[in-house]
Amino acid sequence: MSNQHQSQESHEHGSVKSYTTGLILSIILTVIPFGLVMTGTLSATATLAVIMIMAVVQIVVQVVYFLHLSEGSGPRWNMISLWFTILIVAIVVVGSLWIMFHLNHNLMVGM
Amino acid sequence: MSTQSMTNQDAHAHGHEHHEHHDPVATKVFGFWIYIMSDCVLFATIFATYAVLATNYAGGPTSHELFELPFVLVETFVLLASSFMIGLATLAMNKGNKQGTMLWLALTLVLGAVFVALEIYEFHHFISEGAGPQRSAFLSSFFTLVGTHGLHVTSGVIWAIILLIQIATKGLTDMNRSRLMCLSLFWHFLHIIWICVFTIVYLVGAI
Repeated sequence: MSNQHQSQESHEHGSVKSYTTGLILSIILTVIPFGLVMTGTLSATATLAVIMIMAVVQIVVQVVYFLHLSEGSGPRWNMISLWFTILIVAIVVVGSLWIMFHLNHNLMVGM
Repeated sequence: MSTQSMTNQDAHAHGHEHHEHHDPVATKVFGFWIYIMSDCVLFATIFATYAVLATNYAGGPTSHELFELPFVLVETFVLLASSFMIGLATLAMNKGNKQGTMLWLALTLVLGAVFVALEIYEFHHFISEGAGPQRSAFLSSFFTLVGTHGLHVTSGVIWAIILLIQIATKGLTDMNRSRLMCLSLFWHFLHIIWICVFTIVYLVGAI
């Protein structure tokens, strides 16, 4: 019994159950934002906020249920490189938007 | 020689666990993980470019006029299904089920090919309407972003075809196991990128 558990843990790829859970959650988290945008039930700002949150939640769901980062023999290094990448991605995206938004703003003031 | 030293290192780090046979595969998969992280940075730069240029229509068609969300929803489900299938392929591989692995891998690559075909259809549709990449900054960055993702999926499909042949001829060897693990990481990663694409490009563009 414990031996079986051990062998399951040593593989870093989960079970049918975890993949099915991930699939169902992903479908829900895909249909809701598409539905909101296609029907236009909420205001533009509220829709934007909800679809952004849904996207982040779905990414977390996929990392947990499909990538199984917390299992396997090198989890810490996987997580460290993932967090480092998230930092770089945030700097690139937020930094670009910040600079370009201010550039546009300054140009419009000049007009 | 190098495999030996890697195994020693890992055995040293996890001396109390009994999966020495698994470690060379895990080391290769971790190396591939580092590649995927660098690919994330590539996509981040392209996403940043798109976000900056997304409303520069230059008098051309806007995102509201171009994007058809039901079509994008179908694309999304095709890619999600293929991401699920490659998960099942790795599960079958862990059980040593060669036929099952090949079946799920074949379904993965068929769905991946369908996704690429849908994307090519969409691009052709846009270009024939005069909304090609040269029309405006918005369309240039749109084609760059979605096209880069499509190229990744295309290379994944080619990889899956080659891997399918290798599994058919050589079976589930350690080499093929690590290849399938890397491909599954790559495939899940591509779906995660697609979540960002459909949210930031199609949904935000259609609000």
